[in-house]
Amino acid sequence: MMRTSELMGWGRYPRRPGPLAAPRTVAEACDLAKLQGVVARGNGRAYGDSAMGAAATIDMRGLNRMIAFDPETGQLEAEAGVILGDVIDAFLPRGWFPYVTPGTKFVSLGGAIAADVHGKNHHCDGSFGSFVDWIDVIGADGQITRASRDQNPDLFSWTIGGMGLTGVILRAAIRLRPVQSTWIKQQTIVTPNLSSAMAAFEAAQDATYSVAWIDCLATGADLGRSLVMLGEHATDSDLPHQHRLHPFKTPDKSKKSVPFDAPSAALNSLTVKAFNALYWRKGKRAAGETFVDWDSYFYPLDGILGWNKIYGRRGFMQYQCVLPLSTSEAGLTEILTETARTGQGSFLAVLKRFGTQESRFSFPMEGYTLALDFPANARTLGLLDKLDAITVAHGGRVYLAKDARMAATTLHSADPRATTFTKMRHDTGLHDQFASAQSERLLL
Amino acid sequence: MTGPTTKPVVILGGGSDIGLAIAHRFAQAGNPIILAARNVERLETNRSDIALRHNVDVTLTEFDVLQTGTMAAFADGIEPAPSVVISVIGAMGEQSDNEKDPDAAAVVMRSNYEGPALMLGIFAERMAAAGQGVLVGVSSVAGDRGRATNYVYGSAKAGFTAFLSGLRNRLAKQGVHVVTVKPGFVATRMTEGMDLPKALTAAPEEVAEKTFQAVERQRDVIYVRPVWWLIMRIIRAIPERIFKKMSL
Repeated sequence: MMRTSELMGWGRYPRRPGPLAAPRTVAEACDLAKLQGVVARGNGRAYGDSAMGAAATIDMRGLNRMIAFDPETGQLEAEAGVILGDVIDAFLPRGWFPYVTPGTKFVSLGGAIAADVHGKNHHCDGSFGSFVDWIDVIGADGQITRASRDQNPDLFSWTIGGMGLTGVILRAAIRLRPVQSTWIKQQTIVTPNLSSAMAAFEAAQDATYSVAWIDCLATGADLGRSLVMLGEHATDSDLPHQHRLHPFKTPDKSKKSVPFDAPSAALNSLTVKAFNALYWRKGKRAAGETFVDWDSYFYPLDGILGWNKIYGRRGFMQYQCVLPLSTSEAGLTEILTETARTGQGSFLAVLKRFGTQESRFSFPMEGYTLALDFPANARTLGLLDKLDAITVAHGGRVYLAKDARMAATTLHSADPRATTFTKMRHDTGLHDQFASAQSERLLL
Repeated sequence: MTGPTTKPVVILGGGSDIGLAIAHRFAQAGNPIILAARNVERLETNRSDIALRHNVDVTLTEFDVLQTGTMAAFADGIEPAPSVVISVIGAMGEQSDNEKDPDAAAVVMRSNYEGPALMLGIFAERMAAAGQGVLVGVSSVAGDRGRATNYVYGSAKAGFTAFLSGLRNRLAKQGVHVVTVKPGFVATRMTEGMDLPKALTAAPEEVAEKTFQAVERQRDVIYVRPVWWLIMRIIRAIPERIFKKMSL
């Protein structure tokens, strides 16, 4: 059943009304895939316009059933609408955790595959796609094709990171990791500037998880001062005695939520500055080793439901780029300087070291990735164009799952794979069939 | 019922949106589930989903509420005997068809009253003999007073509600508890596309939660959204002389 809805991403910018269909059965999903100019949508966690269909959008959340689990291999088969948090709820008490998780547990499996999301362990484990054994994809003809590294390998490799533009991901088999507890042993390292933060990442290549919160308002000698947070799944013997009896028990926490749009003025350079200063001081006190429950460690923002509303009704934009290892320090310095200079201030700025990745159209490459968020306004649009230029000049690229505004020329000059991807879509007839507002904007 | 048991919870009409939501809720509490429905093979993915999410056994059993002759054998086939049996079966039909076509009306009457009542009655006998068990009938607010727009359906639900009331009265001293659930509007496949008032419309998960709580707390009759109790009280209070001229 098709109805018109106001469509938007997690950043609530841009928005536009469009037909949205929510199939309840596999057969309905196959019929919908035959419409022209459609794209599948999961739980709406892409920030920009990736999951807004050019002509119509298929809401896959109704196809959210788990199909099989093999405790020998940790392989879970499920429909694409299953939410990662539901996987954790079901399997963490039995000692399993997703191999790769992004910063929110509210992503659908289909969305995680389409954006080939990464987590804090990219430097050692790679992206979400590394732990996908196979996918079932509905093609332009409404037929379901199974694809894996051995079977239809082209469809497999184009679909992982293909932003939903190769068909509708219907089912997938993913691997889960055996864990001994729900706890993460976290070590926080305080670094006074960017180069020491990067040195901390390089020294921590063996850590399973690593990520840094970066104070993007610090300037001069303090530019890039960070809290580098390393993490390991705590084993039985790691756990302090109060947790050892119940290693899979998650402490109860109250959910906070943002019930309405904050007035735009609530988040200005002053509040951002205050927040960053507070976070810095709090983090410095927490330096050293602590035990953190999985939810707070991986999904600090999920604890505040609807946190995307703090930017007000106009919404916000995320900017995430990756720069190759050799140019990272120079490029990041430029980006942070430019950001601090405009005083736009990002509420949260996250720095992460990526490991190597060979893929056809996925975002990650070896180097450093920086994620920033800004209120959606004209000044931000101007700033992000400048950040694009810095990224491209340093041989980097921008994450499509967070993009809402990049120019097609930027993408195609930054990433020659985009042009190959577009050619493939034209050659195979996928171009007219599967299209999002983003693919139209970026000429994919 | 206190805590999870290894005895199954049987859901008659387990393939409906409300039936599946109730199955998830009881599975979440650790109960094994038996989904009974027509063409039950179509529910295989739902079966695996409930089993995997909640780490319980879930089985599928073919069941047709109009085949009253097979009901005793159906009840005997469930081993061990269920702790809870929930009937979610219902069929609205089209009121205009029901008015003109006695066969269509008969299907609605049998699906909403005869079938569920007979099946729960058979389980009631077994539970009474064992001295324990819970029976749940999902009836309807439409059974509280017959209205022009749906009285065929409503009258069958009224019969079912009265049956449950009598059963509860009879079994109260024998350790068997009977719960009547009146959902009001529910956003399901059956009502998709209807323009239902939001404040009066429950999600299937809400029906499931209230049903689960009613079983836990040994409630007798519940309206899923309490506002329906008030609405139906008012509707019942209108004198027939006035009521017959109203369109509700």
